[in-house]
Amino acid sequence: MRAAKQAAAKTAPGTVARPPTTTEGGGGRPRRRLPRVDGLRGRLLITVVVVALISAVTATALAYRESRDAVLKRAQNAAVDDFRGRVEQLVPEIDVPIDPRSMARFASKVSSGLRGSLVVVQYRDFTVGSDPSADRTRITPELRVAVRAHPRVSLQRVQYAGKPWLVLGAPVGLGPPSGPGAAAQPSGVEIFAVVSLAEEERDTAELVRSVQGGLVPVVLLAVLLALLAARTVLRPVRRLARATRRLATGELSIRVEEKGRDELAELAHTFNETAGTLEHTVGELREQEALARRFVADVSHELRTPLAAMTMVCGVLDEDADQLTPDTAHAARTVSAETAKLARLVDDLIEISRFDARAVALTVHELDLAEAIRASLAARCWTHRVETDLPPGIRARLDRRRLDVIVANLVANALRHGAPPVTVTVRAEDDRLTVSVADHGPGLPPEAARHVFDRFYKADSSRARSEGSGLGMAIALENARLHGGTIEIAPRTPGTGAVFTLRLPLRTDSAS
Amino acid sequence: MPHVLLIEDDMSVRDGMELVLRRHGHEVDAVATGEAGLQVLSRPRGGGIEIAVVDLMLPGIDGFEVCRRIRARGQLPIIMLTSRGDDLDVVSGLEAGADDYVVKPITGRVLEARIRAALRRAGPLTRTERDDFAGLVIDRAGLTVTKHGTPIPLPPTELRLLLELSASPGRVLSREQLLELVWEHDFLGDSRLVDAAVGRLRAKLEDVPAKPRYIQTVRGFGYRFGPL
Repeated sequence: MRAAKQAAAKTAPGTVARPPTTTEGGGGRPRRRLPRVDGLRGRLLITVVVVALISAVTATALAYRESRDAVLKRAQNAAVDDFRGRVEQLVPEIDVPIDPRSMARFASKVSSGLRGSLVVVQYRDFTVGSDPSADRTRITPELRVAVRAHPRVSLQRVQYAGKPWLVLGAPVGLGPPSGPGAAAQPSGVEIFAVVSLAEEERDTAELVRSVQGGLVPVVLLAVLLALLAARTVLRPVRRLARATRRLATGELSIRVEEKGRDELAELAHTFNETAGTLEHTVGELREQEALARRFVADVSHELRTPLAAMTMVCGVLDEDADQLTPDTAHAARTVSAETAKLARLVDDLIEISRFDARAVALTVHELDLAEAIRASLAARCWTHRVETDLPPGIRARLDRRRLDVIVANLVANALRHGAPPVTVTVRAEDDRLTVSVADHGPGLPPEAARHVFDRFYKADSSRARSEGSGLGMAIALENARLHGGTIEIAPRTPGTGAVFTLRLPLRTDSAS
Repeated sequence: MPHVLLIEDDMSVRDGMELVLRRHGHEVDAVATGEAGLQVLSRPRGGGIEIAVVDLMLPGIDGFEVCRRIRARGQLPIIMLTSRGDDLDVVSGLEAGADDYVVKPITGRVLEARIRAALRRAGPLTRTERDDFAGLVIDRAGLTVTKHGTPIPLPPTELRLLLELSASPGRVLSREQLLELVWEHDFLGDSRLVDAAVGRLRAKLEDVPAKPRYIQTVRGFGYRFGPL
């Protein structure tokens, strides 16, 4: 029932001014959503993790570079010291010109003092290595140039076979060194040593691995912290969102908790204030509306009792009017006619106030449309004033009394304001049922079409009172809505009169 | 002439109705309360009253209670007079045993027509037959109904309804047809009258009123007596 009423309110044409229901758009259903990446929580999470990663990686990179440099420098210095010491220690043993055999001996002697390294001795075109099979391309031309140019130990770091190597080179001076800093006389012999840096590389790699291992807990911790932060921020936001949704569905008493002194608490406070004001205002409006409704209903009911007495007595006056003086007879007939009108008006007022109070219910039975409409017309002696196009066999579940009210009001309206012939047409298409009432009058001007369902609307303002109560069309529309249907007015076209179409859902199911 | 008991608390309405009813040739006992009305009925031979017109809203015991008490003591036809006409009132009144209802204000002519129709229902029927429907015996001459030998007292409207339905077992009668046949209303009558009367009749006749055997509903069409 209620659902049907709501549906009716939503699908009704904009003919009667009525505020739309607050549940528009179906936003009222609280739904449990999965956390979304583009949501606040996701964004917060991503930001915190990215920041944590950047700082951790930067710190790691800096530390790695520093420690690697330190390790390499130390290894380098040690190698240079060893190399120089060894060479200086062995230099006295060689003569120049030097023969290849003593060169080899010299090389292997130097080599044996340097841990696992290849030593190459060069003199003019002769080159002898401590390991004859070893590849000597690790000694680059640049290093050779440097060695030739500087009397000191030159060094270069190279990559060979995917491993780091330190290549040292020095010219061999003759004679005892004449003191620190003073260069011995060059002998033309150059000596190179290739030392592996694999161990140092391994050490720094170990460092990187341990730092990498440390990153995972850091990121996890960041995620955890981000979630905690999101929770403290998002929980009140989400509560607020839920409260707003419920407020939108009309639950005006909803309030949220105001905790703390931050911006969110301020927002919650503002929300509560807004909801409070809204509740107060709506409450006042509802109270006024209820009072107004009750007033109309009470007045109507109070009118019924004197009307009941008057209606009864008026019948007597009417019957005896012939025996009265003409003036008195006229007075009696006028009172009688006006009493009948007043009775009809009060009936309509009571009916409409019952619609307003939602105190009406449908009594539906499956019925034959053609038969029901013919009976409606016959009961009011309209059969020969109205043309009908009523195909037999259309059945629908309707409230017969209310259908009669709708048809009677539409036809009465057409007969009163339109011009004959008035035609009633019934059609059933798919799941819709239409009953059209057309006349051949001038049709409705747009202004009248907009207001024809308004209460007490008079199309012709010069006519202060008409035969009807002015509520008939409003009652017809309310009855249509109660069935989940509408009444529409076709736009004015030349050559045809006003066409009112009642549209109802065609229900013939046997569930009762 | 038919003797009417009018129970109506508003003096003007009561006077107006009494005036109209007397002009139509009725003898009228007009009282203001339900208690006074029941007192009139408790006189010897029911005070000669043939029909009661009862207002719903009364001081003291209300119209529903008056209906129930009249029903409890006899088969007097009752017309309910209501100034509210709300669905709930109408249905409650019909369930309390009223045969018909009229919504105020009402013209004298309509009230007179309703009274005559109600009285005709109480009057004798011309057909003389005696039907036995699986233990349910309907004596159309004596206007009695018995089930397995036990008499079932029925008020005139319900008896009339049963007679019309059982006159042609198996035939479906629509609510509108029944309204015309039993209540003599034209279309503008209310099918709730039929549904309420069928409900009361089932409660008295059927073994299981929720699963009726005698008076069956034909969805979308109306009611049917049998087939048994």
